[in-house]
Amino acid sequence: MNFDKEFDASGLSCPLPILKTKKALADMASGQVLKMIATDCGSVKDMQAFADQTGNSLLSQSEESGKYIFFMKKK
Amino acid sequence: MTTKKMAIIASKGTLDMAYPPFILASTAAALGYEVQVFFTFYGLQLLRKDLSDVKISPLGNPAMPMPIPMPVMVQMLPGMESMATMMMKQKMKSKGVASLEELRDLCLEAEVKFIACQMTVDLFEFEKSDFIDGVEWGGAAMFMGFAGETDVCLFV
Repeated sequence: MNFDKEFDASGLSCPLPILKTKKALADMASGQVLKMIATDCGSVKDMQAFADQTGNSLLSQSEESGKYIFFMKKK
Repeated sequence: MTTKKMAIIASKGTLDMAYPPFILASTAAALGYEVQVFFTFYGLQLLRKDLSDVKISPLGNPAMPMPIPMPVMVQMLPGMESMATMMMKQKMKSKGVASLEELRDLCLEAEVKFIACQMTVDLFEFEKSDFIDGVEWGGAAMFMGFAGETDVCLFV
């Protein structure tokens, strides 16, 4: 999937992956896509909840050898 | 859509009880909430520039997981509190848990409003210069003015 920005939150625990996602989205334009990588399994539900509550779309999420990869499109 | 609001009262000053207000405040702010945290009694310690007095103790805390079983008579020895605090901080760091300073900075960056209870500041004879910048001073009525309009209101 194409993306405009990427950041790696591997090794960080709740709530840092969400807080850093929010920060990463802040300087992106509407419609741009952020790729986020995390190792905290709690971030799977948290990223969905973040998307539901903020209106940013979670385009996809997948797991690859202990890493969770999210693509989020900015509202 | 109107902005959702959350108010928290932070009344505890131990390391473990310092986390919930800062985690919830920073997360709610990231979700678009307007957030105020009212710090009172021992919670005031969490607004001081120097957080090294914020500690954890196994004493009176039987649920705290310990690497080895430790009798209460040992827990009360001098230095045990500092040791437990150091061990907990190391554990948190190794698990990627944010430090209190980091979470507090993230709250401020996200424009979470911190209010220090004026009555307890006076009671404990704290100096305003001991506290971080950006703290407001207020009382119960000021808190209720905001709390009465919130969607989430918590006491920690």
